[in-house]
Amino acid sequence: MSYLPYIVAAWLFVVGLYGIVTSRNLIHLAVCLTVTQSSTYVLLLAIGYKHRATAPIFYGVPVGSRAVDPVVQALTLTDVVVSVTVVALILALTVDIHRDAKTVDPDEIEAFRG
Amino acid sequence: MSWLLPLTVALPFTGAALGVALDHWLPEWVKQFPALVFSVATTVCAVLALAHSGSAPVHWFGGWQPKHGIAIGIAFVGEPLGAGMAALAGVLATAALLFSWHYMEEAPRLYRVLMLVFLGGMCGFALSGDLFNMFVFFEVMGVAAYALAGYHIEQLGPLQGALNFAITNSIGAYMILFGTALVYGETGALNLAQIGKTLAGHPPDALLVVAFTLILVGFLVKAAVVPFHLWLADAHAVAPAPVCVLYSGAMVELGLLGIARVYWTAFEAPFAMHAPDVRNVLLVVGIATALLGAVMAFLQRHLKRLLAYSTISHAGVMLAGVALLDHASLAGVANLVLSHGLLKGALFLAAGVLLREFHSIDELRLHGRGRELPLLGVLFGLAAFGLVGFPYVGTFLGHALIDDGGIELGHSWLPPLLMVASAVSAAAILRAGARIFLGWGPKHDPLLAPEPEEKPPEGRGSGPLMVVTVAALVTAGLVASVVPGLQDGTEHAAAHFMDRQAYVSHVLEGKPVDVLPDVPAVVHRATDASIAYGLGAAALTVLVTLFGLSGRRIPNVFEPPINVLKAAHSGIVGDYVMWLTVGTAVLGGVWILTLTRG
Amino acid sequence: MNRRARIAVFAVAAAGLAALLVASVVDLPAFGHYQGAYGNQLNREAVAERHTTNVVTATVFDYRGFDTLGEEFILFAAVVGVTLLLRRHKDSEDHQEVLRKADDDRVRSDAIRIVGLLAMPALFLLGLWLVAFGLVTPGGGFQGGVLLAGSLFVVFLAAGFRPYAHLTPAHWADSAEGSGAAAFTLLGLGPLLAGAAYLHNFLGSGVRGTLESGGSMTLLNWATAVEVTAAMVLLFSEFLESYVLPSVRPLQ
Repeated sequence: MSYLPYIVAAWLFVVGLYGIVTSRNLIHLAVCLTVTQSSTYVLLLAIGYKHRATAPIFYGVPVGSRAVDPVVQALTLTDVVVSVTVVALILALTVDIHRDAKTVDPDEIEAFRG
Repeated sequence: MSWLLPLTVALPFTGAALGVALDHWLPEWVKQFPALVFSVATTVCAVLALAHSGSAPVHWFGGWQPKHGIAIGIAFVGEPLGAGMAALAGVLATAALLFSWHYMEEAPRLYRVLMLVFLGGMCGFALSGDLFNMFVFFEVMGVAAYALAGYHIEQLGPLQGALNFAITNSIGAYMILFGTALVYGETGALNLAQIGKTLAGHPPDALLVVAFTLILVGFLVKAAVVPFHLWLADAHAVAPAPVCVLYSGAMVELGLLGIARVYWTAFEAPFAMHAPDVRNVLLVVGIATALLGAVMAFLQRHLKRLLAYSTISHAGVMLAGVALLDHASLAGVANLVLSHGLLKGALFLAAGVLLREFHSIDELRLHGRGRELPLLGVLFGLAAFGLVGFPYVGTFLGHALIDDGGIELGHSWLPPLLMVASAVSAAAILRAGARIFLGWGPKHDPLLAPEPEEKPPEGRGSGPLMVVTVAALVTAGLVASVVPGLQDGTEHAAAHFMDRQAYVSHVLEGKPVDVLPDVPAVVHRATDASIAYGLGAAALTVLVTLFGLSGRRIPNVFEPPINVLKAAHSGIVGDYVMWLTVGTAVLGGVWILTLTRG
Repeated sequence: MNRRARIAVFAVAAAGLAALLVASVVDLPAFGHYQGAYGNQLNREAVAERHTTNVVTATVFDYRGFDTLGEEFILFAAVVGVTLLLRRHKDSEDHQEVLRKADDDRVRSDAIRIVGLLAMPALFLLGLWLVAFGLVTPGGGFQGGVLLAGSLFVVFLAAGFRPYAHLTPAHWADSAEGSGAAAFTLLGLGPLLAGAAYLHNFLGSGVRGTLESGGSMTLLNWATAVEVTAAMVLLFSEFLESYVLPSVRPLQ
């Protein structure tokens, strides 16, 4: 089972895409997008993990003790902020679309053809 | 001179932040100046960086130079092609902001703030030498672009266009991130030179192939390559014209730069033995994009959508050039990016003027009305002509170098296909121009699909500044093929771009790059083959334009495939994401089977 | 493409994609066996170099500080974008207008109001603590900023829209957001003008394990906290105004 977290990440990625493709509600779609993105958090943090290691915070812990990778944690932090911002934009667009088209079903919005 | 590199990002960002911080305290008459000043300053820095790019200065942020051979900081590398893209982005952004002076007169300050952030994002992406940093700037560009696409909130089209744009490009970005995480897991590095060094001599395993596929798909979505292109026409159709200048002129091309950079620094070594497999797959994709974009352009009557599909077609040509994995073709791509960016930018601005004057962007509804704007008509025609590839004009140098590269590698079937694609897409633009500005052709055409109307942005008159901006871009674009020394300069730059070992030792160990010898300021005579193809493209363009104007129906045998194509571009995001997944699975599947063999 | 065809084609493609992803992740080092040089080097050296005991924060604000600049501006652009997308009038709406038009939705239950308004200062202090000690123990500008904004949202939950709107005037939130972002870029620009690299640490590393550590990282940390708090408040306010002002017509 030493690859389980990675497989979970792969699963999350694909299931999020499934949610987006089959979605009937833009708010649900935005959340599915965050599910896809959360797969990258899981992957990053799992890559940086070490067994029997502590957090990379050395307050009261001697420097040189076994600690997990701080770089992936910094990357995940950045990643979370990116997710917040994109979802905010998509939800703002959803509010506007609902106001104009009276629907939040992505299959029903008909501004374009061809 | 490496201090110029961070300025291309810090200047527009500072301008944007101050624009919001001081928004409520600045008087109204100061509306336009600050953004323009910051944009010009950024462009100057980028151009200076380009001038000094021969030595490829490296800027390590925070002063964190590599230690014990490991890169612990983030680097910007000021090599010529990246610096060139940053300079082009700056020029186009400045032109767009100048045009917006009158065109988007009533725009809230926030519009200009987003344009500055967009510019900063583009410059950062072009110069970055770190894989995660590229992702961050990819998202900076993306978020600014999504918001700008939805600018006209009072119409449904922009909102849906922005939504499709945001969702598809975000999925692309998350693919890049997944791929980056995989590469980090395997190599322990995020710096491109470090990754390249670690992977040298590494056999291509499934992880590398999938990571390469994912990262590439992310960039291909941005570059609007088939089947990841569906969002682009929607976004262009609805975004304000000055914003489209940046989309078509710089943003799409940055996707291609990303592909080239990631390949040549990180993935070239493990895939070296199977380079033909990488090349062939990307060539097929590029050609398919070039042809599909051209055909779809021809089927449009919404002028900005038509221009958007033409951009997709050119992106396909550029991808084919990158895919050849050869320095002459890569130089050709650089030249094509330059001339196309300037000319397409001019065309979008001209479309904006038409929308403002006549309150329509529909080719058929504008039939003949452009006769009131003869100067604009001339500029429109010249810009379209520049995109054809007639010898020594406009995009010729770009096409010629790509064709030459293809022929040298034995792919003589490539230039004719690219010629057809560029001819058909240019013909679509010329047909529209002839209909609008000359009144030729019938007023009804069943081939062209109707589109929802677009409302022009509020503003008082049109100033001469708008037409002057168009004229400046057209002139620059037309002469791009005959700038003395440009061909040699881009060829040297491309050769250096492809040299992974030099890049690695330069970035990680500070070993100086072989400075480019003084490039002779000459214009080379093109090869006979490329002149022939250029003339052929021009002739074919004229024929197809006349066909388009004749109002004759296309033969029935073509109707079903055309209807299938139109149906696929449905505007529904679920369809787009489905095609994105299909494309990823196919690319990944093909490469897993070919690249891990043997 | 009709919906069923789309889902069918997608299912096949997704299966292929899933297979590819699984094939790739099994080539990674097994879970729990991270051996990368980059992370290990930072763990070894960050405390000695910058006297910050929280190596993640040191990475975010120093070693990879430029990524954080990009991230700040992603947040910035998104907030500007949301403001642009949810705008209702040509000029930014006068704050007094908004207050006047909002329906009266005062919270009526005393219990909620008292508990909420007691919780708010506690949360606010916790947020400040998270930001201030982010260089020493877990925390930082982003984490603390979100909590600071959250404590302001509690005012909305506990007391209603008008008190919340009085507490978070749009002009100040805008200025704070812009100032935070500008401060970050300018703090990076300073060292550049002095001849060092962009975002080079200055002010000396201070004493390990105290508030006075990390040098200019502390300033970047606070700039980020200001920007993130303001950004979250602006986002929340923009969406909230769409909710409490249903009678306002969209921009024509």
